[in-house]
Amino acid sequence: MKRFVDILLPLLLGASLLGFWEWFVAARQIPPYVLPAPSAIARAFSDNFTSLMASLLATLSVTVQAFLAALVAGVSVAILFSQSRLAERALYPYAVILQVTPVVAIAPLMLIWIGFDRVNAALVLIAALVAFFPILSNTTLGLKSADFNLMELMRLYGASRWQILWRLQLPTALPYLLGACRIAGGLALIGAVVAEFVAGSGTATGLAWRIVEAGNRLEIATMFAALGLLAFLGVAIFALLSAVEFWLLRRWHESALARQS
Amino acid sequence: MSLLTLRGVGKRFSSGTQALSDLSFQVSNEEFVSLLGPSGCGKSTALRLIAGLIAPDSGEIIWSGARPELAFVFQEATLMPWADALTNARLPLDLKKVPRGEANSQAAAALARLGLKGFESAYPRELSGGMKMRVSIARALAARPRLLLMDEPFAALDEITRVGLNDDLLTLAREDGITVIFVTHSVMESAYLSSRVLVMSPRPGRIKAEIALPPGPRDRLSPAFAAGQARVAGALLAVA
Repeated sequence: MKRFVDILLPLLLGASLLGFWEWFVAARQIPPYVLPAPSAIARAFSDNFTSLMASLLATLSVTVQAFLAALVAGVSVAILFSQSRLAERALYPYAVILQVTPVVAIAPLMLIWIGFDRVNAALVLIAALVAFFPILSNTTLGLKSADFNLMELMRLYGASRWQILWRLQLPTALPYLLGACRIAGGLALIGAVVAEFVAGSGTATGLAWRIVEAGNRLEIATMFAALGLLAFLGVAIFALLSAVEFWLLRRWHESALARQS
Repeated sequence: MSLLTLRGVGKRFSSGTQALSDLSFQVSNEEFVSLLGPSGCGKSTALRLIAGLIAPDSGEIIWSGARPELAFVFQEATLMPWADALTNARLPLDLKKVPRGEANSQAAAALARLGLKGFESAYPRELSGGMKMRVSIARALAARPRLLLMDEPFAALDEITRVGLNDDLLTLAREDGITVIFVTHSVMESAYLSSRVLVMSPRPGRIKAEIALPPGPRDRLSPAFAAGQARVAGALLAVA
C-alpha cells in the first residue's frame, strides 16, 4: 500500500500539472514560441524522434566516457596520495585550483588546444574535469579512514603496503567512492552539456546543442523535448549508480542495511 | 625457560608524555602473565613495544632465540565489516599467502574451536559482541602463534560473556602451549587467568608489584581464589 502511494502520488501530481498546463496554454492562447502545450511537445518529440535519439546517444556517450575517465583518474590519484604524503602535498593545491576554476571558463581553451577536428575528445575532457574532483577528494578521504588497529594488525602479520591497500584501504574507501560516483555521474552530464554549449553549432551533435539550435529557430517545443530527455538521462544515471552502490554495499555497510525494529 | 625479557624499557610519545620508564620483566614459555594497572599506565604501550609496532627509546627487549610467531587481540574485535567470519579469521594466512584451500580449512578449524561452527559466512554486523570477539580470537589462533598479546580484550563485554571467554581462552592457550601476555584492569580477571600478575603504576608506567598465583584450574567460588584475588587487589590499591 505504501509503495503504491509512493508511486501513484507523484504520477497523479504530474498528470494534473500537465493537464493544467495544457488547459492554461489553450485558454490564454499563449503562443507556442513562448510556451508550447504538452501535446505540442509530445508531437515535436515524435516528429524528431530519430534525430533526438541520436543526440541523446551522443550526449550519453560523452557523459559515460567522461565519467569513466574521471573515475580512473580520480581513484589513481587518490591511491597515489595515500601512498605518498609528498605527492599529496605537492599536487592537492592544484587539484583544488582545477576544481574551483569554472569549467565554462576553461572550456574554450580546451577546444582550441585539442582542436575542433577532435571535438569529441575535447567534450569528454571538459566533462571529465567537472566529475574528477569529488571522486578524488572522497576516495582520498576514504583511503585515509582505514581502521588504525586493523592496519597495525596487518603490519604485525607482515602485510606489504599493497596488501594493506588492497585488503584494507580500498574496501574502506568503497562507500566513499560510490557516494562520490553518484555525484560525479550527474556532474559528468552537466559537464557534457556545458561543453556542448561552448563547442557551439556545427561540431557537436548532443542534446545541449539541439537545445541551442532549436532555440535559435524558435522551435520551443523541440527545445522542451530535448530538455525532457536531458532530465530523463540525469535521473537514469543517478538511479543506475544508486543501484550499483546498494548492490555492492548490501551485505555490510550501514547505509544499505535496514534497521531491525 | 625464558621467552622474552624487557630490560629498563622507556617510551616517550611525540606529545611529550612519558608512557613508560624503566619497565623490566621477564616472561617464560607457556606462561599466562597479566599486566594489571589503572587506565593510562602504559599497559597497551608495553604490548605494542613487545609486538614491534613501536620501538623503545631506551632499554631493550630481548628474545630467547628468534622472535616467535605473534598474534594480537585488541579491546574491540577489529574485524573487517565487509568480510564474513571465515575471511576475517583467514586474514593472517592470506597475508602470508597460504594457499586458499589450506587457509580456509585452518580458519574454519579455528572458528570451530571457538564455538563458531556454522557461522563461517556470517558478517560481523550479524554477530553479537561476544561472538565478534570470538572471531577475533579465532583470527589470532589461525596464525598459530607462540605468543599471544591481548589488550583488554574482554573489557567491553558483559560479565557472563566474559566469564565464558575467560574459560575458553585458558583451555585454548593450554592446548596449544601458547604464551599469553594479557593486559587488563580487572582484578578478578587477572586473578582467574594468570599464573603471574604484574601490577603497574600510573604514568610513567613501571612494575610495582609481582604476584605469583598457585597453578590452576581455579574455582571462582572457592576461598583459595578469593585469597588470590585479595592479594592482587591489595597490590593494586597500594599503587593507587
